Amino acid sequence: MAVATVIEEQKDKLDKTALITGSEAIAVACQLADVDVITAYPIRPYDTVMQYVCKLVANGEMDCEYIVAEGEHSQFEIVKHASACGARVFCGSSGVGWMYAMEALTVTPALRIPMIAMVGNRALDDPGAFGVEHNDALAVRDLGWQLVWVDNAQEALDTALIAYRVAEDRRIFLPLAISCDGAFLTHSQALVKIPSQEKVNEFLPQYNRGDLLLHPDNPITVAPQGNEDWVMEIRRQNYAAMERSPGVIREAYADFERIFGRSYGNPFFEEYMTDDADIVLMGMGTLSISVKVAIREMRKQGKRVGFVRMRWFRPFAAEELSKSLQRFAAVGVIDRDYSFGSPYAGGVLAGEVRHALYPGPGKKPPVVGFICGLGGREVTVPDVQKMAEAVYNAADGKKQPLTQWIGLRE
Amino acid sequence: MATYVQIDPTQKLDPFKAVKKIPLEEYFTSGHRTCQGCESALVMKMMAKAAGPRTIVLGSTGCMYVANTTYYSTSWVLPWMHTQLGSSGSAALGASAALKVLMRKGKMKQEPINVIAFCGDGGGADMGVGAISATLTHPDYNCLILMYDNESYANTDIQLSGSTPWGANTTFSTPGKVKRIMHRRWKKNMAGMMAAGHPTCRYVATVCMSYGLAAMNSMRKALAIGGPTFIHSLDPCPKGWDYDPYISHELGELAVNTGIWPLYEVEDGVLKLTGRTQQIAAKKIQRQPVRDYLLRQGRFAHFTNDDIDYFQSKIDEMWEKWLVPGVIPFRTDVEADAPPSS
Ligand SMILES: Cc1ncc(C[n+]2csc(CCOP(=O)(O)OP(=O)(O)O)c2C)c(N)n1
Ligand code: SF4
Ligand SMILES: [Mg+2]
Repeated sequence: MAVATVIEEQKDKLDKTALITGSEAIAVACQLADVDVITAYPIRPYDTVMQYVCKLVANGEMDCEYIVAEGEHSQFEIVKHASACGARVFCGSSGVGWMYAMEALTVTPALRIPMIAMVGNRALDDPGAFGVEHNDALAVRDLGWQLVWVDNAQEALDTALIAYRVAEDRRIFLPLAISCDGAFLTHSQALVKIPSQEKVNEFLPQYNRGDLLLHPDNPITVAPQGNEDWVMEIRRQNYAAMERSPGVIREAYADFERIFGRSYGNPFFEEYMTDDADIVLMGMGTLSISVKVAIREMRKQGKRVGFVRMRWFRPFAAEELSKSLQRFAAVGVIDRDYSFGSPYAGGVLAGEVRHALYPGPGKKPPVVGFICGLGGREVTVPDVQKMAEAVYNAADGKKQPLTQWIGLRE
Repeated sequence: MATYVQIDPTQKLDPFKAVKKIPLEEYFTSGHRTCQGCESALVMKMMAKAAGPRTIVLGSTGCMYVANTTYYSTSWVLPWMHTQLGSSGSAALGASAALKVLMRKGKMKQEPINVIAFCGDGGGADMGVGAISATLTHPDYNCLILMYDNESYANTDIQLSGSTPWGANTTFSTPGKVKRIMHRRWKKNMAGMMAAGHPTCRYVATVCMSYGLAAMNSMRKALAIGGPTFIHSLDPCPKGWDYDPYISHELGELAVNTGIWPLYEVEDGVLKLTGRTQQIAAKKIQRQPVRDYLLRQGRFAHFTNDDIDYFQSKIDEMWEKWLVPGVIPFRTDVEADAPPSS
């Protein structure tokens, strides 16, 4: 048999490697997941994913309804209804686009729509800025969306597959957003292993809406007026689904490792050089890159600094995290977001970390918050070193502000 | 001829020949809590009957959501889903797209299923007009968007919308001691706008449930023709218009006979005036004075004779000056508009 024929026949079974961006990696995941309905609307930086999807469809490499909507609100409403009718869906946005869709984002969890969205994190207007901030995705943190941050293209692809597996699990049926830092991840290329279709099929069952399917064979009424009679019970069901989410996430990562042979260790947060660390920094997304470089530099000078990168923000692995953080003399949380008027004027993640530590058993290390890298400003190695200094000061019990802006032009 | 439009087959829905041919089965039944004499509820009932059992209905927020689907007492026999106030267009598109792709990929049994998304005038002519417009430009998706127009945001306590007639008393346009006319905007020409603005949309029609059989047949045509379609229904609303519920039906007739509510359909770009409207246009019957319609309703009770004359003059214009009478408000000459002082 000719070699070409063998390769053709084996195509579905072979893994490939490709040099692609974070956005492209997610588009490839959509292709592998055989997504049925995809809606697009332009806003930088997330829209690159839809440009790739468009090419896949035009080249006959992907079969889906690819709909260009007239605004983000419609973009999310279209896939919401498609999902209710049994379609696997994908959508996404950035910055003010995500906020424009807010009403549609709000209603999705209670409808138990397992929509997967990519957020190409971007600063909110005004003033206009293309760069990354995390306040867009964080705006839905209380509403029943599962939120995960990734920091490289491989992780983007893998997490998108895991996202479908988790969200479409009947025990969950909640929407899920994958946050990719604008530019730093959406637009930077890396070598990515693209798994074979065969493995993906083994990992990811078809979406089955079951008794919630909107179809003439199952003539249900979806989302009737609930009011004080039932709304509280419905909220409680959402709560219960979110409570089940960590278990389902763990199962999915374990299966992912078994089938694809790639492991992420603890799914909820990545620990970097923490085994012997005195202090740690924490953060989400691609700032991990300069933090890791800075840590390697500092370690040359004998400073034992570690890093904890949060992947899953919702559900938030509070117990596990607080147990892990007890090992350190102090914790510094880097927020690429803001929460004006919040306790200690900190960022969102800093507040969550303090919250996680408070009821936890044992020692509670002091937490210093940093606001850094807003509007896409680079988080530099000297920035990180400065933050580590402050965390050491906290460990020594020195008085200092609980929230510090780093890399700010004074 | 090559075609870039990929329409799935639709159901064969021939017109009902007579009232007695309308099936007895109900797909919108008891359990709703609309006002007595609510014409919009009648639209729902007849729409469900016209479409039949193999139909998915999506409904935007408004009276036809809140009053129809109290938890545990839904009136829908058809599969039904709530959609957000401005989302009827997106709901229709999303459901239709899902059915299309799932059937194509063999993930769902192949079968033509009707998709109807309805909205009120607030949800349709105001908030959702962008999404409806977008959907009407998507030639590949079979769906009907039905706007039931009770001429106010009724569910939230009767506030004026872009579809409320000039001068009407609503809770956001109550006449006061100094200002009599608080609502000085003319009603949007929604059906005309949808027909004129979306050249590939194959069917746009206006209906009124006072002419039920014609309205149902219009809905059947809209569902069978293929692609996205739009129907605008004028629905007397006893609460919002402030009249005795037993005259709902009569008010619908008056709206048509005064020429205020023209009945027409635009099928593949061809305009056809229908019913009494056709006779009015052909001068076979005379338009009734608008006074007969306005003074039956409390929402116009504050009108002076000048107000009524102004209203009449605008309706006369619609029939005498519009290039396409009753449908498209383009004119050949510039005319001054002189509303009475408010
Ligand atoms: C985004 C949004 N804004 C406001 C409302 C409040 N609201 C609920 S029903 C309604 C009235 C809708 O009016 P219309 O579409 O004309 O339907 P009707 O109530 O007249 O049947 C409004 C404004 C809402 N549900 N959603
Ligand atoms: S307020 Fe009007 S539209 Fe609403 S239920 Fe009553 S009659 Fe019907
Ligand atoms: Mg209304």
